[in-house]
Amino acid sequence: MKFQRKSRTEGGIPTASLPDIVFMLLIFFMVSTVFKEFRGIPVRLPAAKQIEKLPGKRNVVYLWADDRDRVSMDDRFIEVREIDRYMRNKLTDPLRQIRVVSLKVDQQAKMGLITKIHEELRETGGAALNVNYSTKTAN
Amino acid sequence: MVVEKKKERSSEIPTSSLADIAFLLLIFFLVTTTIDVDKGIGLVLPPPGDPKEISKKNITNLLINKEGKVMLDDQITDILMIKNIIREKIAQNPNLIVSVKTEENTQYRHYIQVLDQLKQANAKKISIAEPAK
Repeated sequence: MKFQRKSRTEGGIPTASLPDIVFMLLIFFMVSTVFKEFRGIPVRLPAAKQIEKLPGKRNVVYLWADDRDRVSMDDRFIEVREIDRYMRNKLTDPLRQIRVVSLKVDQQAKMGLITKIHEELRETGGAALNVNYSTKTAN
Repeated sequence: MVVEKKKERSSEIPTSSLADIAFLLLIFFLVTTTIDVDKGIGLVLPPPGDPKEISKKNITNLLINKEGKVMLDDQITDILMIKNIIREKIAQNPNLIVSVKTEENTQYRHYIQVLDQLKQANAKKISIAEPAK
């Protein structure tokens, strides 16, 4: 008696559409990548629980301040009284629609400095009034 | 005599390595993409102008000194208690404005802790007073 041979099943995964899938992923990541423009100054952010997300990086101006009263914007140190002027430049930039100013302030910075920054931002007005104090997530 | 056949040249671009190239690019972008979303406490500053007069019964004063001690309506309060106290106060008076006053040398960290507590208590009206010299 002859035994019937078991029919062989195809073992390989079809790879014909692999490049298409990979290209799709590639295009997604190419579009969503935003290269870091600058780093600012090293700060230790405070922690908080009730936090909000910021809109995309293109709509945010970052402002760094540390415990030695140094303020940084666009990768260079600036004077506090210059903030208003720099902000006005940023807000009139037609390529970027600024919606929020993100303050990355060291947790040991003094409130005197923060108040001066507030005053400058109020002077600028408009979108510069929307402030976001950058924090870490507290557990 | 046998005429040799002309060798046929393939006129197509080899596509077998296409997937490899695409993978390489994909991995590059995967590595360089930063998906860390910035988070923080949002606040809208008032436009410049004269400060408004507000009747005293709608204001709660909150003072933070340079040691990080908090005084809520003339009573020294633990920072973690602010949430509950303010929530009760807002339930009693929805128009309540919390006026946060700091000193020149108050640390930003304490200010953020207090703001965090106020946000957790759903306080919408927060006033930031200028620091006392």
